[in-house]
Amino acid sequence: MENGTQTAVFYILSGLIVGSAFMVVSLKNIFHSALFLVLCFFSVAGIYILLSAEFVAAVQVLIYVGAITVLLIFAIMLTAQLYSPSIRQSNEQVIPGIIIVGTLLIVTLSVLRRTSWRISTQGIEGQSTVSIGKSLLTTYVLPFEVVSLVLIAALIGAIIIARRE
Amino acid sequence: MYFIPIFPEIFLFLWAILIFVVDFFLKEDKRKNLGYLSLLGILITIILLFFSAQGEMFGKVYSYDSLSLFFKLVFLLSAFLAISVSIDFVAKFRAFKGEFFGLILFSTVGMMLLSSARELIFLYVSLELVTIPLYVLAAYLKPDKKSAEAGLKYMLLGAISSAILLYGISLIYGITGTTFLLGIKTRLMVDYLQIGPIGPGLFLSFIFFIAGFGFKLALVPFHMWAPDVYEGAPTPITAFLSVGSKAAGLVAFLRVFFESFSVYNPDWVTIVAVLAALSMIIGNIIALPQTNIKRMLAYSSIAQVGYILVGLVALSERGVSSVAFYTLAYLFANLGAFVVAIAFELQTGSSEIKDYSGLSISSPTLSFLMMLFLLSLVGIPPLAGFVGKYYLFAAAIEKHLIWLVVIAVLTSVISLYYYVGVIKEMYFNKKEGGEKIFLPFGIKLALLICIIGVLLVGLFPNPFLNLASQAATVFKY
Repeated sequence: MENGTQTAVFYILSGLIVGSAFMVVSLKNIFHSALFLVLCFFSVAGIYILLSAEFVAAVQVLIYVGAITVLLIFAIMLTAQLYSPSIRQSNEQVIPGIIIVGTLLIVTLSVLRRTSWRISTQGIEGQSTVSIGKSLLTTYVLPFEVVSLVLIAALIGAIIIARRE
Repeated sequence: MYFIPIFPEIFLFLWAILIFVVDFFLKEDKRKNLGYLSLLGILITIILLFFSAQGEMFGKVYSYDSLSLFFKLVFLLSAFLAISVSIDFVAKFRAFKGEFFGLILFSTVGMMLLSSARELIFLYVSLELVTIPLYVLAAYLKPDKKSAEAGLKYMLLGAISSAILLYGISLIYGITGTTFLLGIKTRLMVDYLQIGPIGPGLFLSFIFFIAGFGFKLALVPFHMWAPDVYEGAPTPITAFLSVGSKAAGLVAFLRVFFESFSVYNPDWVTIVAVLAALSMIIGNIIALPQTNIKRMLAYSSIAQVGYILVGLVALSERGVSSVAFYTLAYLFANLGAFVVAIAFELQTGSSEIKDYSGLSISSPTLSFLMMLFLLSLVGIPPLAGFVGKYYLFAAAIEKHLIWLVVIAVLTSVISLYYYVGVIKEMYFNKKEGGEKIFLPFGIKLALLICIIGVLLVGLFPNPFLNLASQAATVFKY
């Protein structure tokens, strides 16, 4: 892809991400919010592809779009009180929240602009999936294995929390 | 013959799985005995620690050294005490008795891995292994609204703090291009020589790291969750949270800041010093009007973290060894106070301080032990807390942090008021007819360990100091 097209695609995707994320938190109907979340996650996957990280993009679609939002929508449909358009999504904390988030945004943006990042000049050789797989089973094998312990703990925990009394 | 360095963790994890499996084969009323099986597992793990070779594994991701040995002992001791007081607590549950112990062991495995983490992704993953079982354990008494609230609050705030920590990690990766603590140090050193003073990105990531670890430590201003979670969670879990989880945050903090960020020491240490001062002041002052012993101990533990950080900001070998030493002294005294509170709650169902009145008549031994634990938390000689505070303050004075030590001493005097409030309630508010508190075996065992610890560390501190100063040799200052 040419550089110009790349930049254009980047801005379109970024606009989609920011716009849909804003819809997620501002819409009245929580079911519509969940649908916009799908759009948001898809656009993030697009950014990953733009960065030639196709493995991360695939995982993003599989897990976030495929599993998490579907689960979320199920939860909304099955919870009687939640699935009503009249429910309020915000509370009295909106204004302090906006102020804090706004400050954080300005601070991080100015910091990000003024920092010299270690930018890699060499592109990714071949497919990133291969190198991710390799480092997961060599350098990062220990954290990779410990993640499975975290999953067991989370599974057992979920069963205990979800029990009937 | 020596085992591989990571063997104790593997063993304890398999033991936790064993607990879950044996749970299937036991009748419901026998399941509380799994607590004894868990205690056995912890004892074997402690022995294994001394029979495992020290060294690095998996590249430089995992390293078992004298610092991790010290903190692993702290974690295992606090897990041991938490489980032994849980045995009769768990007997009241209608279901999921064995899982209670298994989850505590899982969290302990996470803490042990965390104390050996020298790579940020591994550090983050083990931190999650520490906290996820704790979210569940905090909400264990689910029909009880306060417990459910505790679990939910802890999980939401924990998730946010994890996100902040991850953001900090990503900034560090962006600046240095590596996630290994040693690699980060080398890169920052080069940057320092080439560019000079700290850049805004690095500074922001320091703040994010302090916030992420500060949450685990319940450091002011990241302490908001602590009182509610401590009050609502099952009391043995509160005890475990107040020592184990804090020590885990502390060791992660030490590793990252003393190993990787040591080039920029002056930039972050001022923030930590101010937060330590705030923790001591706010923790102690809000503890004053508390009427519930769990909430009181929650605020006191916020203040205690402030004291621990006084030694940390000294940025010296003596400072780190005093931090490790005080953690041990704090473990025995704080857990001891919690054990008494648990014994009292088991029988009377109350954790209000006013209900302790007349306890010295009905249960003189228990009241006396409680008095010793509370006085050790204040730092009255000859108990463990005194020696601990002495070394912390000495390390800070050596580095001319007089203002911080003055605040620490003044707030210690304030803390005397609320600790003695409990003692006054037990000894001077005579109320006849209180029932004698029955002490089951697990609680007796825990009380015995705590009181021996408080007296031994206070009267014969040398072997413990040696262990602590050995732990401090891991870093270069």
